[in-house]
Amino acid sequence: MMANLRGPWTLFKKELLRFWRVSFQTVAAPVMTALLYLLVFSHVLEGRVQVHGVSYTTFLIPGLIMMSVLQNAFANSSSSLIQSKVMGNLVFVLLTPISYLQFFLAFLAASVIRGLVVGLGIYLVAILFVDLPITYPWLILAFAITGSALLGAFGIVAGIWADKFDQMAAFQNFIIMPLSFLSGVFYSIHSLPPFWQTVSHFNPFFYMIDGFRYGFFGTGDISPAISLSVVAGSFFVLSWLTLKMLKSGYKLRG
Amino acid sequence: MIPAIQLEQVQKHFGGLAALKGVDLTIEQGEFFALLGPNGAGKSTLINLLAGLLKPTSGKLSVLGFDVQAQYADARRALGVVPQELVFDPFFNVREMLRFQAGYFGRGRENDAWVDEIIECLGLTDKAHTNMRRLSGGMKRRALIAQALAHKPPVIVLDEPTAGVDVELRQMLWEFIKRLNREGHTIILTTHYLEEAETLCSRVAMMKQGEIVALDSTQNLLNRLPGKNLQLKLADALPTSLMDLVKFADGLDYTLALNEVAQVEFVLTELRAANVAVVDMQLIEADLEDVFVNLVGRA
Repeated sequence: MMANLRGPWTLFKKELLRFWRVSFQTVAAPVMTALLYLLVFSHVLEGRVQVHGVSYTTFLIPGLIMMSVLQNAFANSSSSLIQSKVMGNLVFVLLTPISYLQFFLAFLAASVIRGLVVGLGIYLVAILFVDLPITYPWLILAFAITGSALLGAFGIVAGIWADKFDQMAAFQNFIIMPLSFLSGVFYSIHSLPPFWQTVSHFNPFFYMIDGFRYGFFGTGDISPAISLSVVAGSFFVLSWLTLKMLKSGYKLRG
Repeated sequence: MIPAIQLEQVQKHFGGLAALKGVDLTIEQGEFFALLGPNGAGKSTLINLLAGLLKPTSGKLSVLGFDVQAQYADARRALGVVPQELVFDPFFNVREMLRFQAGYFGRGRENDAWVDEIIECLGLTDKAHTNMRRLSGGMKRRALIAQALAHKPPVIVLDEPTAGVDVELRQMLWEFIKRLNREGHTIILTTHYLEEAETLCSRVAMMKQGEIVALDSTQNLLNRLPGKNLQLKLADALPTSLMDLVKFADGLDYTLALNEVAQVEFVLTELRAANVAVVDMQLIEADLEDVFVNLVGRA
């Protein structure tokens, strides 16, 4: 490997190993949480509700997978950065020749991998109990990758901005959680009043969830082309902002 | 030859506070250089600027001729910095951390022999597979030093490397660092243990309030204070006629600052006149601490 690529590759490997070392917490726990949601909601609503022509449990699974993919992609970059900042060991990376772009890509790629690993884990357990069709696998992959990349980038912003675990918890609980819960994971937005349907269109999580679900059922609340454009556009805008932040050394290099 | 380190009119302001006030400094390759000063003098700011952890308000800094801003990748490859704070990554063991650190600098498996050598020379062999969290403070300090050396940098900055560590590590560390210096590595040391700087370093810069107040060879700095210290252990209190000479007193132990050796006779005459017996007596040269106190004042 070229010497100047070995730096970011090492950082990427280190980030992967970091979450894998605590995989009970970073992989098994979110899989378990998603399955508990599935158990409770499917028990209550199965047989009473049909969405997009499929049973409620079947409808719910892609949304839960994508919600977990997004939340874990965010958690990976944000928690790694805030821990390294609080512990002071981020200095080991800042002292190296790794560029701000390489730094960004290494953290981003590790976040995407964690998101995909958690998503795959939920999928593999869920299909043991529910027959889940796959209509457009490339759409599923496209939304999983762009969505987790978007949240990975957001996690980098949060990790750099936050100085305390308390501030990071605020990010998680007041931004990520509400946006993911109000994105149509548990319902089709067509079941909402017109005002809340309009509001949902301003939630980027809605496009990620709906597009991902489209890949399974071949139907959704909105065209997957629009969803993918919104997700990819949001990713590029956020990445540009994140790179500007990293280049300026905001909160990292005084 | 290109200097190992060069600073030209470097200023660093934190809001209204001027941490560095136009510092000029050149450190040649192969030097063992000490950067001394009380807390808040600007030593760590200077090191953080060199390492790229801070950006200068104005001025230029270079490492082996590479500008630390414009050519940051080359400058950082040339530099190994041991941070002052005892920081560590709790997820990994010592060997993993060293491999990662070398990898960040573009070094792969071919570097493993060097990593093994550092581990051995710093007495970390038994702890190579121990998680960083489980290491004692002294072992964490060794690992921190090892991390800075993992990519075998030609210029090594040690920011208070022996703060709070035992004698064994100090000796082990200095033997290893002296060896690296003999092999051509440039060493820049900040320390509060002035005897370490005096013993190890060929040149010294003393800083005070963001400025370099003295920059010379260690010997020239020592020669600036031609006086001697007379250490006395007396059977009775020192006569008042000698009180002006007292530099340090602890019970009946006194250190008197003499301008010249001939003053010893005057001191003894005064003691005899006051009928004060001398239990023990030693005449010693002024050391770097005396020069430091003289130039910088007590921290």
